[in-house]
Formats: sequence, C-alpha cells, structure tokens
Amino acid sequence: MLIENRKIAPPDSDKRWKIVDATMRKQGYSPTALIEALHTVQESFGHVSGEALEFVSESLNVPPSKVYGVATFYNLFNMVPLGDHVFSLCTGTACYVKGSGEVLEFMKTEYGLEPGQTTQDGSLTFIGARCVGACGLAPVMILDGEVVGKLTPDQMKERIREWMSHDE
Amino acid sequence: MSPTNSIKTFTIDGKPVSATESETILDVARQNGVNIPTLCNMDGLTSTGQCRLCMVEIGGSNRLVPSCVSKPEEGMEVTTESPRLLKYRQMILELLFSERNHICAVCVTNGNCELQSMSQRLGVDHVRYQYLNPQFKVDGSHPKYEVDHNRCILCGRCVRVCDEIEGAHTRDLRNRGINTLVITDFDGPWGESKSCTSCGKCVHVCPTGALAEKGKSVAEMAKRRQFLPYLVMRRKGASK
Repeated sequence: MLIENRKIAPPDSDKRWKIVDATMRKQGYSPTALIEALHTVQESFGHVSGEALEFVSESLNVPPSKVYGVATFYNLFNMVPLGDHVFSLCTGTACYVKGSGEVLEFMKTEYGLEPGQTTQDGSLTFIGARCVGACGLAPVMILDGEVVGKLTPDQMKERIREWMSHDE
Repeated sequence: MSPTNSIKTFTIDGKPVSATESETILDVARQNGVNIPTLCNMDGLTSTGQCRLCMVEIGGSNRLVPSCVSKPEEGMEVTTESPRLLKYRQMILELLFSERNHICAVCVTNGNCELQSMSQRLGVDHVRYQYLNPQFKVDGSHPKYEVDHNRCILCGRCVRVCDEIEGAHTRDLRNRGINTLVITDFDGPWGESKSCTSCGKCVHVCPTGALAEKGKSVAEMAKRRQFLPYLVMRRKGASK
C-alpha cells in the first residue's frame, strides 16, 4: 500500500538527519524507538527542534502530540538551542534544603536568568534540574558537565563567578 | 483455569460481592450500587488512576489503592467511605480548584459539570489553599469548538477518547507536574491541527467546561455521551 510504504524525507540536506534516520532504521522504525530517536536528535543537533519532532513523528508513525508530550516530559531534551555554557542547578528536596534556592535567586539577580532561560548573547543557559540523583552531594550544581557539590551557597556563588569568567 | 479460581469473593463496605478476573474493584462496586467518586474514569475508556478520587481502604493495609485500576483479591475487605477517605477526596478537589480558575458563575458547563457536582456531593464548600490564578489563553481557533485550559483538570479523558475511540491521538499532555497542559499535535492551535477530525468526542467526554462547543453561553453546555457505550459495543461486535 502506498500509505504504508511512503518514504519520509528529512527536512533538509543536513547530514545529521542521516544519523537520526540510522537510529530509527536500526529499530525497524518501531514506535518504541521514539525516545532513542529523540536522544540521537538531541546529541546531533544540541536541541530538539520542531522540524525534528515532525521528522521523527512521521518516520516512526507516532502521533505528533505524543512525540511532543514525550519530548517535553523529559528534562534531558531541550526544545531551544542551549547557550555555549550550561549551568544546571538541582532544585530537588535535599538540594533545596541545603540552600539551592538561594543560588536560584542569585542567578536571577546576577545574570537575570530564570530556570530554562539563556542569556541574550547565547553564552549561558541556566537549567533548573529536578534532582540529579546525587542527594548525598547536596546542594549539587553542574557546570558544563562537571558536578560540583557539598558547597555552601556563598561558596557556590563564588564558584559560579569564577567559572563565568574563565572564558575571558 | 478452573472456573472456581477465576471468581474472587470479597466484601465492599461489609457487603459480600464477587468479581471475575477482568473486573476492577470499581467495576464491582458499581455493579453492586456502591458509587465510588471518580473524575478521570469513564466507562468505555482505559482507566489510568489519575484523579485519585476513587482511592479505597483495604482491610489489614494502611495503604490506599485506586479502585479503578486495582483488581480485588480473595477475602479482601474494601472500605469505600471513611473520614480519612473523605478528607483526602476533599483535599484533591480543593487542590484542583486552587490550581486553575474554576469560576462556575461564568462557566458554560455550570450545572452540568462533574467537578461541580462532585464538590457538592463531597461537601467541599471552601478551599483551604491559595489560588494560583494562572492565566491560560483560550484557544478558539477551531471552527466548532474551543478549549479553555483555565477550566481543565487534566483528567486525560479527551486524550484517551481521541486515541482509543477516534484513533487520531490529536491530543496529549505536554510537560509535567504543575506545567502539564493538554495540547493538540505539536502544541499548535487546535484549528490548524492536521490530525483532528473535528468529531467532538473530546468535547463531550470533558468533565468540565474546558472543552466546549462554540456559541454556548453560561450553563448551556450540556455534554452528550451516549455515543461512547454505543461505539465501544460496535467495536466489540465488529471484532467477533
């Protein structure tokens, strides 16, 4: 049947779509490959764009709303491009009790960032994580993949300032 | 499997009842005239245990279980009403009220609303929690229907009826927790949805005024759900 055998073309000639397509092909374009396909999109493009969602949705035959729901449910996928540097702050219970709320406030006053926002110049993205699974290290923050824990809020602020200026 | 194994006998509020393998505690309660409060459950759709109103007590256990997704066990003692259950059920309703903007006086489903009638039934006459007063935009892009997220309780009925009965899966939930929202397709305007068939099933299964027909004024939106048991039985007949 034509409807079943149609070939889904990638949105443009970008070679990274081939990597995404390869992931889905390996899974036989099964709807269950959704999360894996989204992971590949995230890794290849740095974020999950609207056209990527459409491509994955059509290729795997998963309803658009479901693809969108899954992509927004998991914090690992981000829908807008990230800044050059990424700062994640855990706001889970243990970290909050240990003072991550103070750092949250600090990010707002010092850099004007709410969780999920990126600075205008695209240099820094602030992510509010919901427990990173390292409560023993509370309060935890992640500076470009480097996990930093067991600091007081003041030490954390100092560390963020240091880290922010290391490009200069 | 011997027939004696497949029938479970247990009690609901002290009354001896029996259930077949496929029946949940809620099914059996309803068959026996016990009306356990529910909001997300709907006969003909998959039960998801989302609203937590149907929680019941099980003798010998301190844990409450959602009766719509729990199977009875032999000798189980189920209690469907107690001061503790009433407290939790009222709390759930109060939290629903505080989370969105449920203002009956200006609502299209005033008088036909399940959230409203459930609150009356369970005696919720005030809300102890601070209202969040979110400001959701009303999506009126569809020619026949409109969605007002301010009145949504996220029961997921529209999502399930669209997926299971209509087969379009136009709707789903985005994000999580307090940010959860019912979306159409890629979170676009309803009127521009490619997958929506404009059948209106979602509108009529919606327990509140979140989904309504256009052109209805206050208290004019009564829901018609006779199609659901009909379609479910048609499917069953066709698959035989």
